[in-house]
Amino acid sequence: MAGLFASRRRRLTIGAALLAVVLVLLAVASLGSGAVKIAPADVVRVVTAWATGDREALAGRDALIILSIRVPRLLLGCLIGAALAVSGALMQGLFRNPLADPGLVGVSSGAALAAGFTIVLGDRIFGTVAAQLPFVLLPLGAFLGGLASTLILYAIATRHGRTSVAIMLLAGVALGAFAGALTGLLAFVSDDRQLRDLTFWSLGSLSGASWTKVATVTPLILPVLLAVPFLARGLNALLLGEAEAFHLGIPVQALKRAAIMMVAVAVGASVASAGVIGFVGIVVPHLLRLLFGPDHRVLLPLAALLGAILLTGADLLARTLVAPAELPIGILTAAIGAPFFLWLLLRRDRTLDA
Amino acid sequence: MIRPALLPQPRPSRRAILAAPALLALGASHAAAAERRLVAAGGVITEILYALGRQDLLVGVDSTSLHPAEAMREKANVGYVRALSAEGVLSLRPTDLLAVEGAGPPDTVKLIAEAGVKVVRISEDTSEAGVAARIRTIGAIADAADRAEALAAKVEAGFAALKQQRDALAARKRVLFVLSLQNGRVMVGGARSSADAIIRLAGAINAADSVEGFKPLTDEGLIAAAPDVVLMMKHNEHAASADQVFSQPALSATPAARTRALVAMDGLYLLGFGPRTPDAARDLMAAVYAGPRP
Repeated sequence: MAGLFASRRRRLTIGAALLAVVLVLLAVASLGSGAVKIAPADVVRVVTAWATGDREALAGRDALIILSIRVPRLLLGCLIGAALAVSGALMQGLFRNPLADPGLVGVSSGAALAAGFTIVLGDRIFGTVAAQLPFVLLPLGAFLGGLASTLILYAIATRHGRTSVAIMLLAGVALGAFAGALTGLLAFVSDDRQLRDLTFWSLGSLSGASWTKVATVTPLILPVLLAVPFLARGLNALLLGEAEAFHLGIPVQALKRAAIMMVAVAVGASVASAGVIGFVGIVVPHLLRLLFGPDHRVLLPLAALLGAILLTGADLLARTLVAPAELPIGILTAAIGAPFFLWLLLRRDRTLDA
Repeated sequence: MIRPALLPQPRPSRRAILAAPALLALGASHAAAAERRLVAAGGVITEILYALGRQDLLVGVDSTSLHPAEAMREKANVGYVRALSAEGVLSLRPTDLLAVEGAGPPDTVKLIAEAGVKVVRISEDTSEAGVAARIRTIGAIADAADRAEALAAKVEAGFAALKQQRDALAARKRVLFVLSLQNGRVMVGGARSSADAIIRLAGAINAADSVEGFKPLTDEGLIAAAPDVVLMMKHNEHAASADQVFSQPALSATPAARTRALVAMDGLYLLGFGPRTPDAARDLMAAVYAGPRP
């Protein structure tokens, strides 16, 4: 293994090729399976008709299922999986802490609080407006909530133009607990139904994926995914320590600000469109570090691919295991990810101590 | 894709056989409705469709459709009413999705509607008029308007009879609905809950109307509520026994504990607000005012 992955370029090429093949296979399986049985030939027919713009062939129910439900769902799964995994890698690099995940900077808890707020109090505060805008209010609220809590945390941790990652980590825990308490308070004042909405939302789901969702999430997540590789060198230098990175000519403060804002936007958009999906952000970077080493130039692009794979795979199971019903995806990401992760840790326990 | 031949065939119920002449008269409209395929999202909708004898139109039900028990065996289960799956519902090729107000998530329902399925929202109003109106609405959709009218009239008559009984009551008792008793934490049905509605229909006072919805009540709150009767749901035959319930310190200090007045009823029967509701309210009234019955 070590010999095979000798150079960075080689590791990146091999890893990317491997993961890309898996993702493509998974995407094909994903488009071909679901509660509605569609023959592989029909899937191919619909996809080619779509690609060639053959309108007549796109009229049937198969086309509707594939193009209005499965394709947007696949794209949303890839985008969100990539966003969560890359955010996890960024946070772990920035905090130099293997336990860091996007939740630590308060995005998830802030988004969850705001979402809970719109679920429970939306009707009372926004009245009839809320009834007209159930598709807008919740995602918008969650996104702004995630962004706001990140900005608050950033402001707390920044003194004299310097951001302390240690303070940010600790304040993140405190703010997360506070947001959790307020969410609990919302659960207390909510009625039976709102409580169930809250619960299901907190388990996450790609159900209800649509082209509109893909179109709103893409401009938020894609630029982050494209920009992330530019932070890799800086994050590598940070592994040595903050002062060392500074002396190597890395604009440490700008790096921190950029990474935190990217995580806030990408995770905020993810949480807003699919609820809270745990475990992807923490497990994917670790898996990759165990396989390909700690170089962020390799880690970040591969995290996007593996995150997309994990979430697409989990979603495939979520919507087929109990069809025509559907499992919340958060249950599956943990159920698939955790045992695999443990197995890997048990096999290669020494790599983490090094 | 599910071929019609593989779909479970409904067995003719006694009511359907008795109603055979009416069915023949309705034959024309039934033939026109042969292609109708309904999915019910909400237990009360399933219950009403079965009560109207129109379960043949039903191809899928949600996981709250617990009455009648055969609904779950005969029909595909599309999952919990608030966590539906668009493709799952569409896989049953429905023409109509009958959904209670709380069914969702909204995005999924929107997708289902965009796929050409007619989405009909059924109100969850727990008033007497609401129950009858719901039966008529569903009857109209299921091409069983006449039978729905008859059933709604029967339900209305049931409510009217209930009102007479209620008006004849000498004194009102205070009833506390206890949803669960876990680790000494007592969850009660407060104002504007379905439990509150059935308690009032049964001519009693909801002892927990100081809180709204289903909420945990403190020990002191329980003592202040001073219920004469504790009402619970019967869970799979073994309901909490009076000993267990009244050994709770807070409940032991209530008037209900002195007479050991505990009523346990089937949850969906009690809180479903379908055609059986007048019966459920009458049973509850009998149990509350005549002492516990088996």
